[in-house]
Amino acid sequence: MKNAKINVSKFNFYYGDSRVLKDITIDIPENRVTGIIGPSGCGKSTFLRSLNRMNDVILGSRAEGSVMLDGRDIYGRDVDVAGLRRKVGMVFQKSNPFPKSVFENVAYGLRIDGIKDKYFIEERVERSLRDAALWSEVKDRLRDNAFELSGGQQQRLCIARALAIEPEILLMDEPASALDPTATLKIEELIQELKKKYTIIIVTHNMQQAARVSDLTAFFMLGELVEYDITSIIFTKPSKKLTEDYITGRFG
Amino acid sequence: MKLKNVTQAAGFLFLRICVTAAILALVVILADIVTKGIGVISWEFLTTMPKNGMTQGGILPAIVGTFLVTVITALLAIPLGMGCAIYLNEYASDTKLTRLIRMSIRNLSGVPSIVYGLFGVILFVQLMNLGTCVLSAGMTLGLMTLPWTITASEEALKNVPRSYREGALALGATKWQTIRTNVLPYAIPGMLTGTILGLSRAAGETAPILFTGAAFYLPFLPKSLFSQFMALPYHLYVMSTQHHAISKVRPIAYGTALVLITMVFAMNLVAVIARYRLRKIKME
Repeated sequence: MKNAKINVSKFNFYYGDSRVLKDITIDIPENRVTGIIGPSGCGKSTFLRSLNRMNDVILGSRAEGSVMLDGRDIYGRDVDVAGLRRKVGMVFQKSNPFPKSVFENVAYGLRIDGIKDKYFIEERVERSLRDAALWSEVKDRLRDNAFELSGGQQQRLCIARALAIEPEILLMDEPASALDPTATLKIEELIQELKKKYTIIIVTHNMQQAARVSDLTAFFMLGELVEYDITSIIFTKPSKKLTEDYITGRFG
Repeated sequence: MKLKNVTQAAGFLFLRICVTAAILALVVILADIVTKGIGVISWEFLTTMPKNGMTQGGILPAIVGTFLVTVITALLAIPLGMGCAIYLNEYASDTKLTRLIRMSIRNLSGVPSIVYGLFGVILFVQLMNLGTCVLSAGMTLGLMTLPWTITASEEALKNVPRSYREGALALGATKWQTIRTNVLPYAIPGMLTGTILGLSRAAGETAPILFTGAAFYLPFLPKSLFSQFMALPYHLYVMSTQHHAISKVRPIAYGTALVLITMVFAMNLVAVIARYRLRKIKME
């Protein structure tokens, strides 16, 4: 694939003895939204978390094969994992603001990077909040505790927090699954806006959402990548019977 | 329906009796100590040396001794205990060895205090040749408090949600940065509470200091950490069982008990206030 940002090849992932990802090979293009769908337990979240090595924290887990980001294997020997995660940001399924102020949540990634310049931080926090379409709602509440925001605002705050350290890729693990339809719509609009600057990979349980937001869609099942194509093709003319059964709601 | 209600009423009654009995016992003890001890308490009692074979005068050396020993205990138990808890909870992998270590720590908190006392004699007084002194006694109490500090600190760390850790890691924080900036601040109130409760328990112990530094009668203050000292719990023990004129010094014993209880109560109060304050700060 041209302009591939990430090339995954023959990637296997194990939790102890169980193999949860089987020989995954997939190229993910730059500045596009790639959606990952599949029934619960199909390995889609595990796959997403393999891309910024968040699975490293799980004891007894093991990865095989390669994940090349801009041509360099992120599972290579001298990879700086913290550096990798600055490049590959992540938004979790359940919004997880820290029990700090709105401002400090967004500034967190900058502060741990050792940035002290007050004006730089202020400017970056504002820009990130604007990019996450949250600025107008929180600009007078920057000192409030992040827990006082609504659920949808909290999730956009987590997006702003990820954007503040200027990643190149944004991984989103069912970012709207806990939100109401209005908040979900806002997140989806935001994703369309963000793909101009970022490569986005989004795991979703909701097939309509995948159809709406993603340019390409990958269908996972039982740890295998069943089919991967342009979203309109996946949803109208899938080449595999399994994909068709899933998107038409025969199982899942 | 009827039977169900009767059973429920009987159950509640039983629980009420349990609570009342427990509280009553505490109230009786407290009331006894307060009513008999309060008359002895005076500025002079708190700030002068014992006189005439401890039949007169104050308990200043015992107050100072207990205070000093508790400071040493805290200096040993807090950093070691918190460090150990951080290692066990955040870094150590879950192997047979770490499980054994954890189980041993839990068991150590049940070891009788006299065993710690004898261990302190061997390790600090004899092997390290520190002699019977404030330092030996404080470190013995420190060892005794460690299992409590470690257990309480580990619990506090466990209570910090995993999502705080994951969120920080995903923003490119290293493991230590994550712990320092996004785990410890939320665990410290709990760690502190457990630790202070452990310390207040240590402050009231007699057995561990009996052979490691506490003196029967010393009408002056300890000159250094290598001096012997008087301590409130030991003084209380002496006044109520070892003195040659027990009935004569009974009021002093009650006064000592009241001072000791007040000190322990004050420490617990500090723990509660510290927890409350820190909770508020961390939310900002």
